Amino acid sequence: MAKRIDVSGLSAYYGNHRAIEDISMTVEPRSVTAFIGPSGCGKSTFLRTLNRMHEVTPGGRVEGKVMLDDENLYGAGVDPVAVRRTVGMVFQRPNPFPTMSIYDNVAAGLRLNGSARRKSEIDGIVEKSLKGANLWNEVKDRLNKPGAGLSGGQQQRLCIARAIAVEPQVLLMDEPCSALDPISTLAIEDLIGELKEQFTIVIVTHNMQQAARVSDRTAFFNLAGVGQPGKLIEIDETQRIFSNPSVQATEDYISGRFG
Amino acid sequence: MSHAMTQDAPPAAPLNSLLSHRRMPRWAPAGIAVAAIALGSGIGAVAGLASKLQWCLIALVLFVALTYLITARVEGRRQAKDRVATSLVWACFVVAVVPLYSLLQTTISKGVKVLDGNFLGHSMGGVITTQPGGGVYHAIIGTLEQVALASLIAVPVGLLTAIYLVEYGRGKLAKVVTFFVDVMTGVPSIVAGLFILAFWIIILGFGYSGFAGALALSILMMPVVVRSTEEMLKLVPNELREASLALGVPKWRTIVKVVLPTSIGGILTGVMLAVARIAGETAPVLLLVFGNQLINNDPFNGAQSSLPYYVYEQYTNGNDASFDRAWAAALVLIAFVMILNLVARGIARWKAPKTGR
Ligand SMILES: Nc1ncnc2c1ncn2[C@@H]1O[C@H](COP(=O)(O)OP(=O)(O)OP(=O)(O)O)[C@@H](O)[C@H]1O
Ligand SMILES: [Mg+2]
Repeated sequence: MAKRIDVSGLSAYYGNHRAIEDISMTVEPRSVTAFIGPSGCGKSTFLRTLNRMHEVTPGGRVEGKVMLDDENLYGAGVDPVAVRRTVGMVFQRPNPFPTMSIYDNVAAGLRLNGSARRKSEIDGIVEKSLKGANLWNEVKDRLNKPGAGLSGGQQQRLCIARAIAVEPQVLLMDEPCSALDPISTLAIEDLIGELKEQFTIVIVTHNMQQAARVSDRTAFFNLAGVGQPGKLIEIDETQRIFSNPSVQATEDYISGRFG
Repeated sequence: MSHAMTQDAPPAAPLNSLLSHRRMPRWAPAGIAVAAIALGSGIGAVAGLASKLQWCLIALVLFVALTYLITARVEGRRQAKDRVATSLVWACFVVAVVPLYSLLQTTISKGVKVLDGNFLGHSMGGVITTQPGGGVYHAIIGTLEQVALASLIAVPVGLLTAIYLVEYGRGKLAKVVTFFVDVMTGVPSIVAGLFILAFWIIILGFGYSGFAGALALSILMMPVVVRSTEEMLKLVPNELREASLALGVPKWRTIVKVVLPTSIGGILTGVMLAVARIAGETAPVLLLVFGNQLINNDPFNGAQSSLPYYVYEQYTNGNDASFDRAWAAALVLIAFVMILNLVARGIARWKAPKTGR
């Protein structure tokens, strides 16, 4: 199921502004890769190029290659809609659909994609996804209540359930815990640990401990100055990045001696 | 007014405290209002002003002035300004509501005289205009059909235009469309009527009909629908669109299944307001539907009537029986618009995104 991502020479633009420049890296399947780096260095931008969400922003433009196993996401004739079905995404702020119930939120990906399925089949997928997101026990009695009526942490797990319900190969998470309390954060970190059995996971985080706890590999991004494009400084085993990074800037950033 | 707090000041002393000050009692604004009205009436009566309106204006000015003076004495300058702002808001509210109230009251008191089942169920066929009797049935039919046809044309076009502008519109074309919508918003109804008259009846040679009127009404309705729908669609957070797109949902399905349901309440309210607006238009009906004393159920053939046109027609007859009918028809029209508004509010509340726990 899970796929390897191979990025080479990738740059992304907002209009004429180059936000990230010449990034090359490999994301291993069935593992968690963490992106760290100072604010504005292009982590979110880079993440969004991995499922072609970057071009949704007006003026968004990408150069370079992103290989998903052996297919280039930016190749001619590739349908961005199909890419997004394969590479799912969880956003920084929980964004359940306000008009839909909890059940409908989880089923949204299946239903909106127009794949006609039987009710019992959807029931099964909803239950499996909610269990997968560690939310089932909390909401099983109120599946028909609005999704916006959950707490922030529950909403975020609902969004994770919604993302995994369409069974993507890769799951991108942009600071999924930044709006959550420590307990919800822990729940989601545990969840990430379980999800990596099936998915390739990429997570952006500002929390060093979190990166150290959940990820197998860590990538450090930085930018030379305000208005300059962000760059990948290094990517390595998380352990090495946190104990003995090969670039001084990484060590400075991790130890808090920065800027 | 500086009440500098000193170290040894007793903490609860009202005058020396930084945080509390002397307050006027809760009933003070009402008391001032009563005093202002009494004074205003007194001055009006003494000065021999005939119009009650002048009395009211004097009372309003007195109300604001008294509020300032008394509060400044009791509570201080800043509070006085605050209260003056509040009293101005109230005064403006009264100024706005009084005409509305008197309009409703006049219409209702004059309209109920002949408003009954007979009036609602009969046309003016065979009625001598100077005699009582007759009704608005034909006009109600006309209004319903013309408004429905106009909505049938304007709502889909308006909705799709708004969706284009908000979801797809970039660059030149969107700017041009926005510009024309703005221009259309300002088109007077008589001009819309003349345009359809020239185009539909004179050039293309069709006859008078409810449909011709509906064409003109739809011109008036379309920009209103576009504008209100646009505003509602802009209110939908971008995150919802992105959430849907990131699930691999195509853009058009995202719009149909996520964006529109999220904003449907507001969109419907806008549409209903647009309907209410065109339901009261007389000019296009005058030019294009021509008016009719008889029931004509077919909006595509022959002259029809409509409620606003009927009011105008009865008024120009210039006799008491006709005046009564005009007022009753006006009441029917107001009730029609009011019901539409209530329905819109009901739907908006029913469809609004739910956040209940
Ligand atoms: N919609 C946009 N339009 C124009 N420029 C943008 C847009 N979004 C981001 N940028 C720019 O791209 C650069 C990278 O932004 P990005 O959001 O990827 O940073 P980030 O690393 O995710 O930061 P943070 O840690 O604060 O989330 C920034 O200079 C930012 O100003
Ligand atoms: Mg970010």
